[in-house]
Parts: sequence; structure tokens; C-alpha cells
Amino acid sequence: MPDLSALPETLPERRELTTVPRFSDKVFRGVVTAGGFVALIVLGLIAVFLATRSFDVFRMFKLGFVTGFNWDSGDPDNGITPILGIGSMLIGTLVVSFVGLFFALPIAVGTALYLTYYAPYWLKKPMTILVDLMAAIPSVIYGLWGFFILMPHAIYWAKLINKYLGWFPTFSVPLPIFERSPFIAGLVLSVMIIPIITAVSREVFSQVPLDRIQAAYALGATKWSMIKTVVLPFGSSGIAGGAMLGLGRAMGETVAVYLVLNLYFLPNFHVLFSAGGSVASMIVTKFGEAGSLELKGLMAAGLVLFIVTLVVNYLSNLIVRRASRTGR
Amino acid sequence: MDILKLKGSGQAQTTSEDKVAKPEISSLASVAADRSESKGDFVPRRPGAGLEAKGVHAWFGKHHVLANVSLNFPSGTVTALIGPSGCGKSTFLRTLNRMHEFIPGAGMAGEVLLDGTDIYKSGTDVTKIRLKVGMVFQKPNPFPSMTIGENVLSGIKLAQLKVSNKDDLLEECLQRAGLWNEVKDRLSAHGGSLSGGQQQRLCIARALAVKPEVLLMDEPCSALDPGSTLRIEETIRQLTESVIVVIVTHNMQQAARVSDFTGFFLSDGGPGQLVEVASTKEIFSRPKDERTEAYVTGRFG
Repeated sequence: MPDLSALPETLPERRELTTVPRFSDKVFRGVVTAGGFVALIVLGLIAVFLATRSFDVFRMFKLGFVTGFNWDSGDPDNGITPILGIGSMLIGTLVVSFVGLFFALPIAVGTALYLTYYAPYWLKKPMTILVDLMAAIPSVIYGLWGFFILMPHAIYWAKLINKYLGWFPTFSVPLPIFERSPFIAGLVLSVMIIPIITAVSREVFSQVPLDRIQAAYALGATKWSMIKTVVLPFGSSGIAGGAMLGLGRAMGETVAVYLVLNLYFLPNFHVLFSAGGSVASMIVTKFGEAGSLELKGLMAAGLVLFIVTLVVNYLSNLIVRRASRTGR
Repeated sequence: MDILKLKGSGQAQTTSEDKVAKPEISSLASVAADRSESKGDFVPRRPGAGLEAKGVHAWFGKHHVLANVSLNFPSGTVTALIGPSGCGKSTFLRTLNRMHEFIPGAGMAGEVLLDGTDIYKSGTDVTKIRLKVGMVFQKPNPFPSMTIGENVLSGIKLAQLKVSNKDDLLEECLQRAGLWNEVKDRLSAHGGSLSGGQQQRLCIARALAVKPEVLLMDEPCSALDPGSTLRIEETIRQLTESVIVVIVTHNMQQAARVSDFTGFFLSDGGPGQLVEVASTKEIFSRPKDERTEAYVTGRFG
């Protein structure tokens, strides 16, 4: 028997391991590489474009552009200096998006659970297609629906919430004006992001390993206790990822929010009150009448929104990865 | 087809001529002999208790996969189900705790009596049946989001049972599964940190925690190394104190080592059927049916 600890004195020289790809492989490799880099380049160019256009604004207002609450394009003839700050719009974006997520998440997860585990076989497919179709409706339609159909009802609900939960600061209002509030914009957004959260959740629910589901049933689990112990822990990362994707979509949503939200350049945490903010909608609102400096300000606002969305996506990735370490 | 039925006493029907006429045909016979002699005069503690399948058929959609299987599993015994792939033995196992019906289009006929009551009787709470008839699967499947301790007690949580002392139950189940000494210092580690064999014993402990009367094992060692396999087999032998074990296995040595009785399943392209059932010693030394003999001596399958 050879002595395992004894290695030969001189080890052989390592050989170079090479694979020569075929021509067809090289062509395909070129095509997919180009495709991959196009996406990266477009992303990079957008960032560069926004950064160069907004450079002056950031030099003028420094961090005040992000933290300031005032937006005044100024009037050089009358000696009024311009002041550009999107702080209130950023806060408003977050408020509206989280209201949307608050309503969308339970509905979407419930829908996904129903479709995966409860719906009769013949209903699964048509219902899945319908839910996916919700994502295909143009956002201006959601905006119009929100304005004409949803808002009259939502005002009534807002008044009810205000009446019974008004002691809680968020649900109080400085004035009894309930039209075009962050609450209503959030409701419209929630309907818009339900499909994406449902689709992502449904996808992870359908990937729950069958042997784990069977293990739970073999231990005398009911369907609900099986879902609680097996499906939700396994799917938590996917649900979080879907929620973050929904949040990203909600933050970037422009036209629908523009129609149902009253833009107001002061931070407002009274979600039922008719004053809110949204960076994307603000850009649309101001774009048509903007002077040269204000236009640069809008580019800068776009850059900030771009960065915030990237950060949200990065955070969602972190959450997904952390959840997947413990959950699977 | 000649189907022998085991009687409740646990003694297989064999005639003395067989013993004289045929020499021992399989080297596994000697392994099996040790086993069944120790159980030779076994008397069930509770007469009438146990699990009994009567004329069980099974379908997947229109596909008839199992025909007319009648088998009795007396308490305190291990029964091995052997046979080539696709003979319906796993399907039969899954009819015994109603896991069969999870597959869409699954159907069955016949009766499965647990302590004399048909588990397919209408109005039966399926979850209660599965508490009494537990199952261990081919691939170890602990819940990865739970710690070792939580895994063992997961059945209690899933079935919403009340337990007075969880620590005692935890230790008892892990002891019985032969895992206590290896994990007692790291009960809060995740189940996935164990080796494959340990995970499978964890699954056995988990199945035992809800105090089943029967434990079904579907090729529990097929994904494990030989050392882990032996540990599981020891565990199975010790389990017979309190539960009826039914084990499906492709490994004939395993059937010979652990079981008191062995049933041989076979399909000739149609639905699988039970060819022969007898004490394990009989099956491996003097099987009645020549197809059984061909299978256990390794001539096919």
C-alpha cells in the first residue's frame, strides 16, 4: 500500500488546459456578449447624461437640492434668486409608495397563495393570465380610473379612517380636504403593483420543494399550517423581492400619480390630506414650462430618483440573499 | 395469482415439505434467519390492533397501477416491501396513510383498516390519519428554516397538538431515532447542518414525535452511505417496540436485515400485484413462487 504522506520529490510541471471553441460557438458568444453589454452601456449612458446635465444644479445648491423643500425657479428681472429642492417630493414619493405597498402586499401574497394552493385546476390558468394582464393596462388608464371612479369612494373611506383613527398623527388632517391625497395615490399604485408582486410570489410558491410539502402533510398538517411552516418561510425571500420590485415600480410611476395626487412642496405625513409629493410626477408637471436652470433641476431630480431606485433594488437583492440563506 | 395472506399472529403459512424440499437459495437467508428466529414466537400485545390492507387497488388517472393487494401488518413487526421499479410498492405504501391522493387524478379501491377502522371511511379527518400513520421519505427532508429541536417538534406545531413537556419529548424522540448523543449539544443548529444520515434520523425523530402507531418508510436509505444505512437499520429494529414499521426497499440485504416479513411485488406491464408474502426467512430461503426466487437471487430486477 502506498504511503499517502509521501509525495514525489519533484512534481510534474502543470499542463496548460485550453479549450478551443468552434467558430459557431465564437459567433454566438459574440452575439450574447454584445447583448449583455448593450444593457450595461445604456444604463451607464443614462447615468452620465443625467449627471452632466445636472452638474450645475448640484454645484449651485449642493446637498440642499436633496434636503431643501422649496422649488422656486426665481425671477432674475425682479431679483428673486432661484431655489431648487426636492426633499418634499422625495419624502412624498416614499410615503405614496409605502401606502401602495401596504395595500398591495397582503392582496398579492393572498392571490398567489390562492392560485398556487387553493384555486380549482380549471381556474388557475385564466386567473393567472388576468392578473398578469393587469400589468399591461397603461398607467394613464389607472390614473383616469383612480380619478373618476376610485376617488369618490376613497374620499369616503378616508373620512371614515380619519373619524375613527384620527387620534393617530398619520391619520389626522390639518384641514378637511381629502381629494388627491397620498392615500388615494397609494391605492391606485397598489392596484398597479399587485400583478408584479403576485407573479414573483407565485413563482417562488410553485418552487417550494414537494418533499417538504409532503413532509408537513405526513406529519398531520392542515393546509394552512403547511403553508405557514413550509411555504411562507421558503417564499419569504421571493415575497420580499417582489415587494421591492413593486416598490421600485411605485416610486417611478408618473402619469397615474400625476392625475390623482395634489403636488405640494412641503413634507406632509398626513396621508389622508390633499397634499403630497412624487419626484416623477413633479418632473412631468414642471417640464413644459421650465426655463434652462429649472430644466437642469429636473434632470437632477431625475438623477436622484434614478439613484434611489437603484439603491432600493440593491437593498432588495440584499434582503433576498439574506432570506435565502436562512430560508432554504 | 397466488396471494398468501399473513395471519395476525405473525406466522407465515408454510408447509413442512417446502422446508425439506428446497435448499436455501439465497445467501441472504442466513441474515434473515437471525432476524425472524428472534421474533419466532411473537405475539401481538393488543389483539386486533394493527394495520391491514384489504383488496387495495390504485390508479393514476386511468392508469391502473396496483391491483388487489391484501396485507396485514401486525403490531411490533417490520414488514419489507420489495420488488422491481414500477411494481407499485411505493404507491401501495402511500395508500396506507392517504398520501396517495395528493397526486392529481389518483384513485383507489379497497379498504385500509387501522385498528379495525377504515381510514378511507367518509368523514374521516385525513390529518388525524397521518398523525397515526407517519412517513419517512426517500430523501431526507428536514425543514431547513427550523433548528434541529424545532424540526423534531414540528409535527406538534403543524397538527396543533398539546404537549406537557416539550424537552422530554424532544430527548425521547431523538434517543429513539439514535441521534440524541450526536446533536444534544447543538439542538439550536439548523437541520441542514447535519449529514445526510443524521438528517434522515432527524426525520425519523420528527415522525415519532407525534406518537404514530405505524411508520411508513419509502426507501429511507437509498440516498445514504452504507454506514448511515446501518445506523438507520439499527434504529428501525429498536422502533418495533412501539410502532409497526413498513419499509419499501430496493436493497434486499436491507430487507433481510431489518424485516420480520417480506412482501414481493411485481408488475408484468399491467398493474402491480403482491406475488408473495411470508416471513423474511421464508422469502429469502424457500420462496414459494419462482418469480420471487428469481428476484431474491438476483436473476432479474
